[in-house]
Amino acid sequence: MKKHLITATLYTLVTAVLLGIVYPLAITAISQLVFRDKANGQLVTRKDELIGSKLIGQPFTGPTYFHSRPSAAGTGYDASASSGSNLAPTNKAFVDRVAASVAAEKVNNVPVDLVTASGSGLDPDISPAAALAQVSRVAAERHLDEAKLKRFVEAHIIDRQFGLLGEPRVNVLALNLALDAGI
Amino acid sequence: MSHAKRRSMFDRKIVRRASVDALLKLSPKVMMKNPVMFVVEIGSVLTTVLLILNLTTRRGHFQFDLQITLWLWFTVLFANFAEAMAEGRGKAQADALRQAKSETTAFRVGKNGIEQIASSQLRSGDVVQVSAGQMIPGDGEVIEGIASVDESAITGESAPVIREAGGDRSAVTGGTRVLSDVITIRITSNPGETFLDRMIALVEGAERQKTPNEIALNILLAGLTIIFLLAVVTLQPFAIYSAAPQTVFVLVSLLVCLIPTTIGGLLSAIGIAGMDRLVQHNVLATSGRAVEAAGDVNTLLLDKTGTITIGNRQASEFVPAPGVKAEVLADAAQLSSLADETPEGRSIVVLAKEKYNLRGRELGQMHAEFVPFSATTRMSGIEVEGRSIRKGAVDAIARYLQEHSSQMPAEVREAVETIARSGGTPLVVAENGKALGVIHLKDVVKGGMRERFEQLRAMGIRTVMITGDNPLTAAAIAREAGVDDFLAEAKPKDKMDLIKREQAEGKLVAMTGDGTNDAPALAQADVGVAMNSGTQAAKEAGNMVDLDSNPTKLIEIVAIGKQLLMTRGALTTFSIANDVAKYFAIIPAMFAGFFPVLNALNIMHLHNAESAILSAIIFNAVIIIALIPLALRGVSYRPMSAAALLQRNLLVYGLGGIIVPFAGIKLIDIVIVAMHLA
Amino acid sequence: MSLNGWLQIVVFFAAVLLFTKPLGVYMARVFQKQRTRLDIIFGPCERLLYRLTGVNPDEEMSWGVYATAMLVFSAATLVLTYLVERLQHVLPLNPQHLPGVASDLALNTAISFTTNTNWQSYVPESTMSYLTQMLGLATHNFWSAAVGLALAIAFIRGIARREMKTLGNFWVDLTRGTLWVLLPLSALFAMVLVSQGVVQNLKPYDTVKLVEPQAVTGTDGKQTTVTTQTIAQGPVASQEAIKMLGTNGGGFFNANSAHPFENPTPLSNFLQMLAIFLIPAALTATLGQMVGSPKHGWAVFAAMALLCFVAVLTCYWAEAHGNPLLHGVDQHVSALHSGGNMEGKEVRFGIANSALFATVTTDASCGAVNSMHDSFTPLGGMVPMVNILLGEVVFGGVGAGMYGMLVFVIVAVFIAGLMVGRTPEYLGKKIEAYDVQLSMLYVLIFPLLILGFAAVTVLMPRLGLSGLANHGPHGLSEILYAYTSATGNNGSAFAGLNANTHWYNYTLGIAMFFGRFMMIIPMLAIAGNLAGKKIVPASSGTFPVTTPLFTILLTAVIVIVGALTFFPALSLSPILEHLLLGAGQTF
Repeated sequence: MKKHLITATLYTLVTAVLLGIVYPLAITAISQLVFRDKANGQLVTRKDELIGSKLIGQPFTGPTYFHSRPSAAGTGYDASASSGSNLAPTNKAFVDRVAASVAAEKVNNVPVDLVTASGSGLDPDISPAAALAQVSRVAAERHLDEAKLKRFVEAHIIDRQFGLLGEPRVNVLALNLALDAGI
Repeated sequence: MSHAKRRSMFDRKIVRRASVDALLKLSPKVMMKNPVMFVVEIGSVLTTVLLILNLTTRRGHFQFDLQITLWLWFTVLFANFAEAMAEGRGKAQADALRQAKSETTAFRVGKNGIEQIASSQLRSGDVVQVSAGQMIPGDGEVIEGIASVDESAITGESAPVIREAGGDRSAVTGGTRVLSDVITIRITSNPGETFLDRMIALVEGAERQKTPNEIALNILLAGLTIIFLLAVVTLQPFAIYSAAPQTVFVLVSLLVCLIPTTIGGLLSAIGIAGMDRLVQHNVLATSGRAVEAAGDVNTLLLDKTGTITIGNRQASEFVPAPGVKAEVLADAAQLSSLADETPEGRSIVVLAKEKYNLRGRELGQMHAEFVPFSATTRMSGIEVEGRSIRKGAVDAIARYLQEHSSQMPAEVREAVETIARSGGTPLVVAENGKALGVIHLKDVVKGGMRERFEQLRAMGIRTVMITGDNPLTAAAIAREAGVDDFLAEAKPKDKMDLIKREQAEGKLVAMTGDGTNDAPALAQADVGVAMNSGTQAAKEAGNMVDLDSNPTKLIEIVAIGKQLLMTRGALTTFSIANDVAKYFAIIPAMFAGFFPVLNALNIMHLHNAESAILSAIIFNAVIIIALIPLALRGVSYRPMSAAALLQRNLLVYGLGGIIVPFAGIKLIDIVIVAMHLA
Repeated sequence: MSLNGWLQIVVFFAAVLLFTKPLGVYMARVFQKQRTRLDIIFGPCERLLYRLTGVNPDEEMSWGVYATAMLVFSAATLVLTYLVERLQHVLPLNPQHLPGVASDLALNTAISFTTNTNWQSYVPESTMSYLTQMLGLATHNFWSAAVGLALAIAFIRGIARREMKTLGNFWVDLTRGTLWVLLPLSALFAMVLVSQGVVQNLKPYDTVKLVEPQAVTGTDGKQTTVTTQTIAQGPVASQEAIKMLGTNGGGFFNANSAHPFENPTPLSNFLQMLAIFLIPAALTATLGQMVGSPKHGWAVFAAMALLCFVAVLTCYWAEAHGNPLLHGVDQHVSALHSGGNMEGKEVRFGIANSALFATVTTDASCGAVNSMHDSFTPLGGMVPMVNILLGEVVFGGVGAGMYGMLVFVIVAVFIAGLMVGRTPEYLGKKIEAYDVQLSMLYVLIFPLLILGFAAVTVLMPRLGLSGLANHGPHGLSEILYAYTSATGNNGSAFAGLNANTHWYNYTLGIAMFFGRFMMIIPMLAIAGNLAGKKIVPASSGTFPVTTPLFTILLTAVIVIVGALTFFPALSLSPILEHLLLGAGQTF
């Protein structure tokens, strides 16, 4: 027993250093060398100011922007407190919340992702359907040609990876930043 | 299935006795040995107490609660009845045996001559004399004399058997009757320990101990019972959370329906019935363990003579010497054999008749003188009408020819060798100092043996033939009989070594034996079947005794062992598969009152909640009774590969076990609704 | 449901199938100390490790010694993690200056990671420092997986060996599993993940200016304007890789593999699912290899794949169906969106990948999630729960799935053996009372802990029910799921339940602890017992364990034991909720 205890303790300490220090630091070092941008979160700057990450969604609720999905992370899109709503499909609070979102979107048959919260609360994407459903509102607010804006949105659709994996989507932050930059 | 004694499944006397026993078995002391049914009994007691309490406080739904309580008790009683039925069949047999065990007078041979004492006073080592018409007072060994003995009390076989001193037919059993002659017997067992005593105890199930597989299965069933107990006990809190609390009656019903009561109730009946089936085949096993082991056997050691071949050789061909007509040889051979009452001799007469149309003649009319076989001449023959005919082994006849200054022709010697090589025994015939030719005596493989060995192979059992013959002969017979392997020129030690070798590979070995020199091997083998006609030593060493002394019985013993295990497995599967339907009956019944949407699970469309629960619990009880015949008879077994067997049993008892209760519960529901019971 | 969705699911199964044999055969070589290409690199490391820790690699251990070594080692690692958590505020690599972790939570977490459960009662990005994540948690992802792997190998040896008293050497199995299997695969996978956008850094959290500032109402009812977003960072990829490969599942972030930094692209998602099944699936081939019956390995694989496929089918169908209570919402699948029940799911994964991930992560005792199971439709959410309730044997955790499955194999073979009229045999080993007894003990622990704790919890309004986020039958589901996940060492959750209370931290801790070790002990005892037995040569009288019939029987035993045990409880939770949802009722 005593022998087991000594071996176990030594083994824990030695492998802790290997697996808990050496391994992650080595991966960090290589990542920082080879994939510097990706390893640091693909941050986006505008006018020398950090304004987000390509991967992390942001809240957009005003009429002039393409809306992102509802978020349950903190007060909404809190990237230091990622979370889903964890509301059950039979939860009255959930059904009411969706009804409120549906009312706010002011379109018939809102694509479901636009009125439901994502699992992370940080979903950067909406479905192409959800983006296209907002075209007429944004065009009206921004006094843009609707057809042109529709083509602009379609150009921002990210297809399935290798044409197979995942779902087609639109990155809301990228779309809105491009929109701000002028179409 | 040669001498299986059949009794009707539900003999009235047995049923009556079983019904009483079923009640007696309600004692918790007895019930505790069967954890599954013990749980049901506790549930029954619980509901009974509650029923009475509710009656005084005027709560509950009396009619329904009463019916549930009654059916719970019935479930326990039915299981007890099944066990009592199986025991009853054994007891009936034991009663028959006891009649043979009546007190007799023994004639003990003492220093001062013969004295009369009661058979119950005999001790092991005493020597007694038994003469014609007397009952043999105890188990023993013939040490002097030869007699014919009627053993029908034990074996059910009416033809008398020969018992003689020395050799392999020396054991006698107490309670059997000497029909002719006088024999002296050394008693080998004390009163109460005789073969008959053991046999009675065995069939009565008095010494029944659980077999290894039964213990394992019991553990599995106990485990399942605990799991379902957990599922039901915790259901009440969940029901309370859901604002749908349940009564104890309903919860106990659910529990009893879920735990494997079908197999739990029939398990010991199956075990007892297995032993009983063995007894019906006139085989006694010293323990249930041996029966189970029989089902597991990998290798079967079979003695050639008497098991694979019919005990004696038969003439199959006459090979004449050069210049001798075949008819002449046949005629001489037949003449020389007319007085020869051995099977070999008779077969020569028959062959000559069949092949050359030579009719057997009556010796009496011919003034013939028969020359019997003697150990010195090793020939037999006949002196008739100036003809002197001799037949015998090649070297004996060669010596005889030399005495008559004659020689054995080279062609005859050649024929002798050819016959020997093919596995036969050559018998040379000479007349008046001249060799006429050779009779080919052949070992005759019993009819149907090849098929049986094929069946055994399908069951995954390897057969090995044991013979004292030379390898050449042995190989020829092995080929003809279709055994997988053979052990030639086998000495007792070789047999022992073979068993040990097989066992070292993890195999289970079964064998039969009758001689004292077989005893060590019988003891070493996992299943050792001693012939009842064999020596006491052999019977003591083996773990089974075949009262018919039929070595082929081993194959049936294996089948009975397998059938026993299969019946357990099949009913376990059936029992568990039943739960699916019971869930669909009870769960919606429990909760649909609170949540009508749960009626979606009531796929049998049972009439109402009470009828659904009652139907399930009634089905659960009645199925035990319905399956008693199956438990006692065993599931049907045909030799086939394990994969095919499993597929069939899974289909019948697995899939069947899922479907049958759906139909059964629905039917019961219709009936009890019609009877206004719910 | 869409054609593309089905295609992705089929491609996933094909990928699992593709890697099963090569990796399985490789692992068999590793644990039988045969030569491999990686010997050049890890041979010297192995010898150095033995010298430093005083391990005699040639020592053979009986099952008791093996179990003792495993328990002592697990205890040592548990203590280390507890200490690191408690002391993280005085240790380096804590750029957010997070305080030490509270004692009940620290203990719950230490047990959780030691038992390969990785249940998380906390929000990692606001609770655990980088050092705690690396040294306290990621290390456990290796250790607990390597322990599981070692145990599975020991069990397989028990079956393969004849008339021996020992099962191998725990330290050697642990070391070879870590060095030859887990570490190289993790390093490789981590780099692939970084290439997809999983972060790997040690910098403090970034603060960015929101493009559109938001007016929000705080919990105190006051209106404030949020203008910035704090983005949590950390050494994620290195931990993410082993989290999947070791079927651990503890997220670096609260949202786990739904978080874009943990699982940024559909490819990273695909590879994460593959990584979960990689080793458990390959172990079937290792089994086949080591017992000398590759076909038996495939038969076991087939049973696992069959159960998994049916689960995916059900879950995908239920989720794609959407929620009938939502009005004015388009839930139909089209080329422009995946439709279905999108609450708690990411757009980039859609319905098919969320259903597949949920099935995979619960079939294996991983517990990582890329969507929130609590928000699944009742039947869709029942699938992950049932997956765990089946005993975590459908591929299962690294090692744990294999030995759990082998216990079911023993039960299946026992019943089958009786039905063919022989004392049951498994690969030549007779299954006797002792083996059945231990197997039943193993099977029993599971419902005892799950149903027992859940039943007590639902009766306690203050301690048990106050943490519920949802009520009605779904509340029961949340509690059942919590104890199921803990006992099954899965770690996923119906996360609406606030389990960071004394009651839940302790009881779930107990469930995790016993769910792991109370099952390992009987399992090892069976292995030790089997190793000492003779091997009866197979014949046509032996029931073959290599056929489709065996696969069906094994599947049936698993489903029936699981379904029959838990059907009553499930009928009051997801099944009732499903029926009530159809009737339009809310809670």
